[in-house]
Amino acid sequence: MRSTIATLVVLVFCAAAPPKHVIVGSKKFTESYVLGELARAVLQDAGFTVQLRQGMGGTIILWQALRDGQISLYPEYTGTIGEEILKTKEPLSTGDIRALLREQGIGVTGELGFNNTYGLVMKRNRAAQLGIHKISDLRQHASLRVGLTHEFLDRQDGWAPLSRRYNLQMDDVRGIDHALGYAALANGSIDLKDAYSTDAKIAENDLVVLDDDLHFFPQYKAVFLYRLDIDPRAIAALEKLAGTLDEARMTRLNAEAERTKDYALAAALYFGDAPTRADGNLATKIGRWILRHLELVGASLFLGIVIGLPLGIRASRPGPVSNVILSTCGVIQTIPSLALLALLVPVPFFGISPTTAIFALFLYSLLPIVRNTATGLQDIPAAVRDSAAALGLEPRAQLWKVFLPLASRTILAGIKTSAIINVGTATLAALIGVGGLGEPILSGLNLNDANTILQGAIPAALLALLVQFGFEGLDRMVIPKGLLLKQ
Amino acid sequence: MIELESVSKKFGTTIALHETDLSIDAGKTTVLIGSSGCGKSTILRLIIGLLEPTTGTIRIEGQRVSATSVLALRRRIGYVIQEGGLFAHLTAAQNVLLMAKHLKRPVAQMETRLRELCQLTHFPENGLQRYPVELSGGQRQRVSLMRALMLEPGVLLLDEPFGALDPMVRARLQEELKEIFERLRQTTVLVTHDMAEAAFLADRIVLLNEGRIVQSGTLDDLRSRPASPFVREFLNAQRVLATA
Repeated sequence: MRSTIATLVVLVFCAAAPPKHVIVGSKKFTESYVLGELARAVLQDAGFTVQLRQGMGGTIILWQALRDGQISLYPEYTGTIGEEILKTKEPLSTGDIRALLREQGIGVTGELGFNNTYGLVMKRNRAAQLGIHKISDLRQHASLRVGLTHEFLDRQDGWAPLSRRYNLQMDDVRGIDHALGYAALANGSIDLKDAYSTDAKIAENDLVVLDDDLHFFPQYKAVFLYRLDIDPRAIAALEKLAGTLDEARMTRLNAEAERTKDYALAAALYFGDAPTRADGNLATKIGRWILRHLELVGASLFLGIVIGLPLGIRASRPGPVSNVILSTCGVIQTIPSLALLALLVPVPFFGISPTTAIFALFLYSLLPIVRNTATGLQDIPAAVRDSAAALGLEPRAQLWKVFLPLASRTILAGIKTSAIINVGTATLAALIGVGGLGEPILSGLNLNDANTILQGAIPAALLALLVQFGFEGLDRMVIPKGLLLKQ
Repeated sequence: MIELESVSKKFGTTIALHETDLSIDAGKTTVLIGSSGCGKSTILRLIIGLLEPTTGTIRIEGQRVSATSVLALRRRIGYVIQEGGLFAHLTAAQNVLLMAKHLKRPVAQMETRLRELCQLTHFPENGLQRYPVELSGGQRQRVSLMRALMLEPGVLLLDEPFGALDPMVRARLQEELKEIFERLRQTTVLVTHDMAEAAFLADRIVLLNEGRIVQSGTLDDLRSRPASPFVREFLNAQRVLATA
């Protein structure tokens, strides 16, 4: 009896519970952005509060984030699920996929409708001129220049197995960003690239998709992947999108997104809504990016100072420990920032979060602070060190009252260098969906649109200048006057 | 009274000071003299604990210099070095008062002491707010001396205090210093390589060569009863004295 009442209470509570927070992720290309906006719209209609994290990265990053619960759902393609997530060579139906993913706590919505398969594209007139219609025709044209996205180069359903299947031996194959690749194709720097079949750029740039005559590419039906533990009402809302988007409609939404540079606006077309800008006007958007940017730079610099200063003090003394500290900081500095982010994302504590970006920036800020602190302290003349000791000051008092003030100029210069580097590097935080001024830069790069890039690049440059001026003011406040006077 | 008992100092395989016994009289000025590398500065640095002896013990007024006693001992010793070793980020007054403030001495008492020291060292009071870079070499050494004397130490150690000054300033400071020594009657050890300076300031001269004490006594002792040919050679090399 008691348990029946308890069950009832739970049931009633569940039914009445206010809808929860849902986090939607998307990959770093236009169609995924638009699908992300679509999901946001239907979920908001269903009464959910939705956090949208656009352009978080490639398949593995999104999948990891979904598994770890950092996002609740994201749009994916059946072909990609089979090749990249389940790693099978067999073609799988959506039903097979659903059964396999269920074991991992992940659900799959019905197919949205369109098949966004990979394809190889060329300029229409160039293809006609060379008489290339299908992929096997490429065998006779090994000298064509091929520019592929890095993801396609590495995928199991990507370039290497494709060239094996078709027995292609192209001389010149290089990796290039997707949007930049279209520009390269347009100006003739490359002849061939990979594309998605619903890509708006295909029509826009008058390109042809080469016929996949050996049926290499699997089907890429769009679906949403979601965590099975999210509110069933959210799943129901998403399912409403199933079967409603054919190739033509998706291509039109993509084209609209690229034309207006506004993904929410494009998604609104789907509902036939009067376009409304979800993100407010440009000034508010830039303001939000700047705030996030400052947050990233400020937090990482703070950590850099708090941890770098003691390390620098330790590294100023001769001995092996100092060498270890300085060379470790040096090695960290040589890791490309993209690689560092990629290394940190799979670590459980970090994942796709501002913490990861802040930690990466903190690591980069260490070297200038540690090295300048160590050098500043080492440069203090022996006579001054002896005098401080001979007065009878305790070692700690020597450091705080004499050595650190004397080294303050060099130390502050190190902090300034770190701050300026961080303002620049923080733009990369957008790669893992954390936002900041990198967000417009990345989507601008993605859209091949200089205006959007400048919306991020100009404030970032101004911010760097501001930091520079700010520190000059700080110099005057912090550095003792006696060190600034000329003899 | 400072006593060195079988004190030696090695840096790696280099011997800076061979086993040495030396007793420095209280209230007198003892000058350690010799050419560079003879070990005279090493003795000073051993006394104030900037170096640890390889063998032997050092006692200051009966108290042994050790890791635990060195902080308290240093506060009873004034130490002046060539070029002053002033802290560039502090004004003259802040340099002089640094230690007294650190020990939280009463402000009024510090102010009075600062004025006394200005008079004693002939340092103009309006220069107290200047930074070291704004002072002349002689003024810097005066500030350094004030800093050393601030806590009224029983022992004063001076390591080539006039080494970097031009001859006019140097002569004037030597005279002032002699006056100060006579007035304060502290136990003073001064290191120099200039025999004229030693003769002018010292109650007792200790001549060193290659890490050993060669002879100690008054200038007359050294001149009339040289302990070795080196003593005569060293005195003769100092042209001022040779012609005097």
